[in-house]
Amino acid sequence: MRYSIFSLAAQALKGNRGWAPAWRDAAPKAEYDVVIVGGGGHGLATAHYLASRHGITNVAVVEKGYVGSGNVGRNTTIIRSNYLLPGNTPFYELSLKLWEGLEQDINFNAMVSQRGVLNLYHSDGQRDAYARRGNAMRLAGVDGELLDREQVRAMAPFLDFDNGRFPIQGGLLQRRGGTVRHDAVAWGYARAADQRGVDIIQNCEVTGITVQNGRVTGVDTTRGPIRAKKVALAAAGNSSRVAAMAGLRLPIESHVLQAFVSEGVKPLIDCVITFGVGHFYISQSDKGGLVFGGDIDMYNSYAQRGNLPTVEHVMEAGMAMWPGLGRLRTLRQWGGIMDMTMDGSPIIDHTPVQGLYLNCGWCYGGFKATPASGFCFAHLIARDEPHEVATLLRLDRFATGRLIDESGAGAQPNLH
Amino acid sequence: MRIACPHCGDRDSQEFTYLGDATVRRPAADAPAEAMFEYVYLRDNPAGPHREYWRHSAGCHAWLVVTRDTRTHAISDVQPARPARKGAVA
Repeated sequence: MRYSIFSLAAQALKGNRGWAPAWRDAAPKAEYDVVIVGGGGHGLATAHYLASRHGITNVAVVEKGYVGSGNVGRNTTIIRSNYLLPGNTPFYELSLKLWEGLEQDINFNAMVSQRGVLNLYHSDGQRDAYARRGNAMRLAGVDGELLDREQVRAMAPFLDFDNGRFPIQGGLLQRRGGTVRHDAVAWGYARAADQRGVDIIQNCEVTGITVQNGRVTGVDTTRGPIRAKKVALAAAGNSSRVAAMAGLRLPIESHVLQAFVSEGVKPLIDCVITFGVGHFYISQSDKGGLVFGGDIDMYNSYAQRGNLPTVEHVMEAGMAMWPGLGRLRTLRQWGGIMDMTMDGSPIIDHTPVQGLYLNCGWCYGGFKATPASGFCFAHLIARDEPHEVATLLRLDRFATGRLIDESGAGAQPNLH
Repeated sequence: MRIACPHCGDRDSQEFTYLGDATVRRPAADAPAEAMFEYVYLRDNPAGPHREYWRHSAGCHAWLVVTRDTRTHAISDVQPARPARKGAVA
């Protein structure tokens, strides 16, 4: 069924009893052209673009839990392309362009809202760094505006401009950035891929990757073996574990990142604002809750929950930026597992195993990358060559020294 | 999380700084570049018991080797880093 104002009206007249499930609950077949491991945003986007752009529809997406149970449903829903380095800027800008046309492409309301992303600066040095970043963005064709203190005050008068330690001097604004309803992204991609014949197989955990003579031949799963000409890994959070099944050791550590939602309130903040001193970012969902987060917990973790010191740290950063937050109560808090790479940038590449492709290392920037990640991964799988905006996101860059280190933190995964 | 420092006793993990995987070993100065690459960049990243360095930075400043389950955060062992490291090398 194609969703439209007419289908909505027709269903309303029928008492909304005629809606069909958005995708089939597929059982695994014996063999596929491509098996995608991981039914999160990136895996489902890959399936959609494989089917819609490359005509490859004999595809299965295998997911150990249910669609949307991983990081695509655990993030703070922010989209932006305000990156500095050549390896990242064109990739994330492609992603933002795909977000802009996503709902028409997949016929699903993902509530893409380009409400603007504002990064605050608090010192002369930080202003210079943001001016440099903004200039790099504009040279790459990305929108960016450097705001002074009064321009920021006009946008967000509630911030603590005269904080004794961290007075706000201005901000770098990307107006095309914003937020997207994260669950809808998973559901929309799943439905779009399913409609083109892709099998989405939930509750099906991959337990092994079979390789013969250096070439991948399929996967073993909790629902039986599946043969495949190509296997594509999109299991961020658990990439190291899945890749180890094919004998690979990755430049990745898994870390837990927490996120928070406040009680629902009337419209308070109409953009995304990030603190420039501590790590803190906040926006408001259409339901009214303030959605915010900060740093990872800093130690390796596969537990999808964090600890209280990081909760306190995030709240303190929020209060330093916006003291009024102290009047609100936190409603919910949760954790997701991040693939933290050694340079803070992702990997979309071949592996030493023929027919095995790798999409991983999203650190805590994976949600905004969802469309471009799927688009470029599908390109790599279908044509066996990297998409032009993803040529630098290589697995071997750690050995060759061609790192893409936005923060300049070095080989310290928890500092990116 | 609480970490039982061998010198200071049972303390809140906030007093400690996480310093990463304690199983990797810096290769000899004349080792090939490949060995250095593996030491700097590649990690086992296990889901389960993980041996890792924590420094008691708001306490005695000692480096510790902590064995902690990455699925539950439960800590099963804490050792001073120097003897633990010598033991592992031997």
